[in-house]
Order: sequence, then structure tokens, then C-alpha cells
Amino acid sequence: MSEQHKQTDHSSIITKLLASVVIMFAFGFALVPLYEKFCELTGFNGRTDNTASVASEGMLIDTSRTVTVEFTTRTGRGAPWSFRPEVQSVTMHPGEIKVVNFLVENHMNDARVAQALPSVSPGTATLYLNKTECFCFEQQPLAANEKAVMPMRFYLDPDLPDDIRRLTLSYVMYDITDQIQGRSQTASRSE
Amino acid sequence: MSTVVADSHDAHDEHHDHKPTGIKRWLFTTNHKDIGTLYLWFSFIMFFLGGSFALVIRMELFQPGMQVIDPHFFNQMTTMHGVIMVFGAVMPAFTGLANWMVPLMIGAPDMALPRMNNWSFWILPVAFLIMLSSMFVPGGGPAFGWTFYAPLSTTYSGDSTALFVFAMHIMGMSSIMGAINVIVTIMNMRAPGMTYMKMPLFVWTWFITAFLLIAVMPVLAGVVTMVLTDKFFGTSFFNAAGGGDPVLFQHLFWFFGHPEVYIMILPSFGIVSAIIPAFARKPLFGYASMVYATASIAGLSFLVWAHHMFTTGMPTFASLFFMYMTMLIAVPTGVKVFNWVSTMWRGAMTFETPMLFALAFVVLFTIGGLSGIMLAITPVDYQYHDTYFVVAHFHYVLVSGAVFSIMAAAYYWLPKWSGVMYDEALGKLHFWCSLVSVNILFFPMHFVGLAGMPRRYPDYALQFADINAIVSVGGFLFGFSQLIFLAVVLKCAMKKGEKAPAKPWEGAEGLEWTVPSPAPYHTFDTPPEVK
Repeated sequence: MSEQHKQTDHSSIITKLLASVVIMFAFGFALVPLYEKFCELTGFNGRTDNTASVASEGMLIDTSRTVTVEFTTRTGRGAPWSFRPEVQSVTMHPGEIKVVNFLVENHMNDARVAQALPSVSPGTATLYLNKTECFCFEQQPLAANEKAVMPMRFYLDPDLPDDIRRLTLSYVMYDITDQIQGRSQTASRSE
Repeated sequence: MSTVVADSHDAHDEHHDHKPTGIKRWLFTTNHKDIGTLYLWFSFIMFFLGGSFALVIRMELFQPGMQVIDPHFFNQMTTMHGVIMVFGAVMPAFTGLANWMVPLMIGAPDMALPRMNNWSFWILPVAFLIMLSSMFVPGGGPAFGWTFYAPLSTTYSGDSTALFVFAMHIMGMSSIMGAINVIVTIMNMRAPGMTYMKMPLFVWTWFITAFLLIAVMPVLAGVVTMVLTDKFFGTSFFNAAGGGDPVLFQHLFWFFGHPEVYIMILPSFGIVSAIIPAFARKPLFGYASMVYATASIAGLSFLVWAHHMFTTGMPTFASLFFMYMTMLIAVPTGVKVFNWVSTMWRGAMTFETPMLFALAFVVLFTIGGLSGIMLAITPVDYQYHDTYFVVAHFHYVLVSGAVFSIMAAAYYWLPKWSGVMYDEALGKLHFWCSLVSVNILFFPMHFVGLAGMPRRYPDYALQFADINAIVSVGGFLFGFSQLIFLAVVLKCAMKKGEKAPAKPWEGAEGLEWTVPSPAPYHTFDTPPEVK
């Protein structure tokens, strides 16, 4: 290398570039909570609020329109129960409070813990579907061969956009027994 | 080891062309030309390996029904074909070209960080040994596609996923080191008078590509790390049961993946912008607009990632945003195509092999670009998504785009690298065989795709049989045509051919043609003056 190039100091650019690499690596991980927050604010991924909402006293029922809410259920992979809604769908006015029962039956001879996760489609309706009571707010312990009826009380916010006439609330019920008791080797390898 | 390097380094200053011999020359080399050669050979080997995996895929798809391999192995082949071609063939080929040509084009004696350069190459074969060895572990290699979507890679994958992740980390490190080297070289080592707006477009496009690499390779490293911890350490980044979201994987992956697409095409633009003026014997039309177009393509590439995910269900607003942004990319890309055509307008054109490949690039890349615009239209994408139409689209831009440009570059600069002219007759034969077979291979894929044949399956419905047979024939023709290319390169490497002058192309411009052919081991010890 000639003298002329030996004099050039590369270290400041290299430092900046390495810092960019570190920042972008961190940014990749920062996107995880950012995405979560974004979804929470916009309902983008269809996940409804995890806490009970309180219907305001003076909430008006918008009788001028009716909305159909459909229910679908699925069990998580390998979860040993059947899980279904009592009714396939309800027709309701925004502002009206409805209760829908979900039925679960544990087919195992031992106690399990279940966690249901909701998802609303279209995603834009997520923010307007409010639950005052839901089995999905907490983990559901199921005794051996237990049959349970789990209620869900909800209403649609009267501010629901007019173009939404039909929406779907889906639940997946996962078996989280292993996660609670610590991830056991056998469970993770059995697939 | 350091003493060896230091000793040989001192020796360089005294004896101009002295270099260590044998394996040590290649293992310990810090010379940009040696490292460029290593990258190019590595990429060539990977190109044949990835290509042979593609032939296994085409062999299975020659007829409907299960013929040769089982579905799990088929999935491993599609995964490995993608990973090897993207990270093993195309990207290292570009890095090799950058190593060889960037210092020669800007009048620098070497890359700015020669020892890191050695590292960034030599960890690459290690990464691919790990990647390939993953196919021999119990349960088989990665079979989730090169996009390794969760939960395929987190829940439904084998133990080889750990090897996959580790290999991806090493490849990412290699790319990042290469990118840092290119940026520092271009910023600090330009010859006096070589202002930014006088740099050849190949240097410009690589400069921008290097920034893209630095921006997105760390995100890829993050995603593969999350896959690793989700799979083996019980985290739930992408696992809905644990509070994660599998769609998040796609967002993170395509935030890397879309700029990655441009990482694989921007240097091609630079190559074609060097070759077309040389053989049209006219300066490049619209140099400045080429630079700005490249920069705007790079900028836009960060705003279009979700066009890969229209069918995941997005609010209309988001769909429209990503659709319009994607279509907007057609504008700077169109500027480039028009500039190339205008460069040829009334030029005194001759059609040597590099020019033939560059012309084929312009036409075929544009076909791929237009099918890309079709895919950008959200409602239409619902029909095309995950069909062979997509496969046809990205092979047009990557094979008859990126790979053709790399071949054009190889023919264009082989006389400079080897000191002998390549065999023009063989080169033309290679071109025509490749051109015909690449279209037999990929054009009919549009039709089966539009008719609804999904990608990534080892079997298909009977009505697709005839077209798939044609596609497979095209695939084998294209694959074996590349042996002609190998013969051309080997002939040059063995110095069999006419002695090449310093500037073998009448209309070529640039500092690389001011040094003798083959380029001496050390060039531009005294920086040239650029007027």
C-alpha cells in the first residue's frame, strides 16, 4: 500500500457502519414490541383486548342496523379436547349485550390447563368488539374428563363502521399445561 | 500467521509481483484480485450445486405423480436450491465482482480492509459446509423453503434447523463485512479527481447495495435468532399459544427480504450500464438519472415488504399503500430501461457475447418486471399468490436478470482477469443455448401459474402435465448449457486463447482498462489522476 492510503483513517466510518449494524440488529428485535403495540392500537392482527371492558351506562343501542357475528373454534395442535360454540352465529344491534356459551370437554384422564386466544376478522372490526366477560381472559384449568360451559359476554361498539355487516370471532384453544409446568422434553419431541 | 502476512506484505513493496505460492497464497491472501477470484469460483461451484438441486426438482416434476424422490426430500431440494442460489451463487458473485472491479474502477490499490476481506470470504465456505451437512442429520435438512416461514421452521421442522440458523448467521456476517469493506473503500480510497458523480455506475450501484446489506442483514440475523429460540429455547415470538404472532415472522422476514431482492439486482444494473455503452460506442445516456433511480429504488425497497403478504389479510388501507408503493418502483426502474435503450439509439453496436447477455438482460428483466407489476395488484395477487406465476416472475428477474448480468460481466472482464480473450464462438454458443433454454424453462411457468398450479409441491394435477414436461426439458437444457460456460472460463483460466490487450473492447471506458491484461497483482500503487 502506498503512503497516501496509509494516511487515510478508516476508523470513523467503520465505527459508524458497525454501529448501524448493531442498531439494525436491535431494531429487528424492537419491531416485536412495536408490532404488538401497533396491533393493539389498530386491531391489525385481529386480537381483541385481553381485559374486560365496561359498557358505559348510557350506551345507546343502534337499532337502525344489525350485524351478524359468527363464531368459529379450533383446538390447538395436540390439545385433547373438543371445543365449540353453543350457537354458530348471533345477529345483534351495535350497543346490545349478548352472551354466548362455549362448550369444552376434556377427553384426557388427567387435568390440563387451556388458554383460548381470540381473533377477529376483518381486523378493522377488532377494536369495536368489546367483551365484558370472557373465558379467554385467563387460563382455564380443566379437570380430568371435565365438561365445562364457558360464557362470553360482549357487545359491539355503536361506533362500528357502517360497512361492517358481518364479522367472525374465532378462538383457538391451546393446551398450555406443559408450558406452565416447565417445558418437558417428551412433549417437545413427541411431534 | 500474522508474521507470514506481514512478511509477504513487506516483500510486496519490494518485488512487485511476488506472491506466496500454493494453498497458502489463497488461504492467507489479502489481495483484492485473489479474493475476488475466490468469491467468483465459490459462486460458480455453488451455481452448479444449486442448479443440480433444481434439476432434481425438475426431474420429479417431469411427470405427475411421485416418480423419483419422496416429498420430504423434494422440500429439502426447493429449500436448498433457494438458499444456495441466493446466498451462495448470486450474492458471492457480486461480492467477487466488487472485489475485483471496484478498486480497479476507482483507482485504489486494494480494498480498504484487506484482512477483513480475507475473513469475509473464508467464513463463507464454512457456512455452506454447515448448511449442506444439515441434509445428512437424522430427520433430513431444512425443508421449509428458503423463506423459512414460522411455524414451518419453528414447530414443524427437524433438528437441522439449528445448523440452518447457524449457517445463516455466518453468511450474514460475511455479507456485512463485505459491505463495510465496499463502503469504506469507495468513500476513502477513490483516486484524486474521482468525485462521486464520476464513479462508474457499477461502483455506484454497489455502494448503494452495500448500504442495503448493512440495513437488512442484521434484521435477518435477528429473525433467524428468533426462530432458533422459538424452536429450541421455548420463546414465543411467532407462537400464538404463547402470545406471539406467526404473521410477525412474515413482516420481519420480508422487511429483510424485499431489500434483499434489490441487493441481488442493483449490481446487475451497474454491470449492464457498463457493457451497453461499451458496445454501443456511446456514453451512457442519463448518468445522473441512473444514480438517482438506483437510490430511489433502494429507498422504496423498505416500503413495499407487505406485497409478499397480501393474502395474510390486511386492512384495505395497508393493501392499497403497499400496492401503490410497489407500482411506484416501476418508475425508477423504467427510467433505467429507457436510458439503456437510449444509449443504444443510433449507436455503432456490435454484438460480442457480453453485449448479447446484456441485451438479453434488458429484455428478459423487463418481462420479469412487468409480471411483477401484475403481482403488485392486490386483488389479482389473490389469484397469483403462491402459484407458478410467482416462480416464473422471480426466475425471470433472477436468472435471466441477475445471473445473465453476472455472465455478461464475466465475459466482459475475463480478458482483464486472465489476460487472454475468451473463445468467442463458444461464448456465442453458450449465449444462444442459454437464451433459448431459459425461456423454454421459465416462460411456460406463467401459464401453469395462471391456471392455478401451486408452487412448492412435488406433484400436480394431470392437466399441467404437458407444460411441466416442457419446462423440465428446458431446465435440463439450461443446466447443461452452463457446462459450455465452464469450458469458456476454464480455457481462460488455463491461459488458452489469444493474448488480450489492455483494452480489448473498442468502446469501453474506465480506469480498469488503463492497466495491462491480465491486471498485475498490484495496481494503482500510485493513484491515477482522474480529470
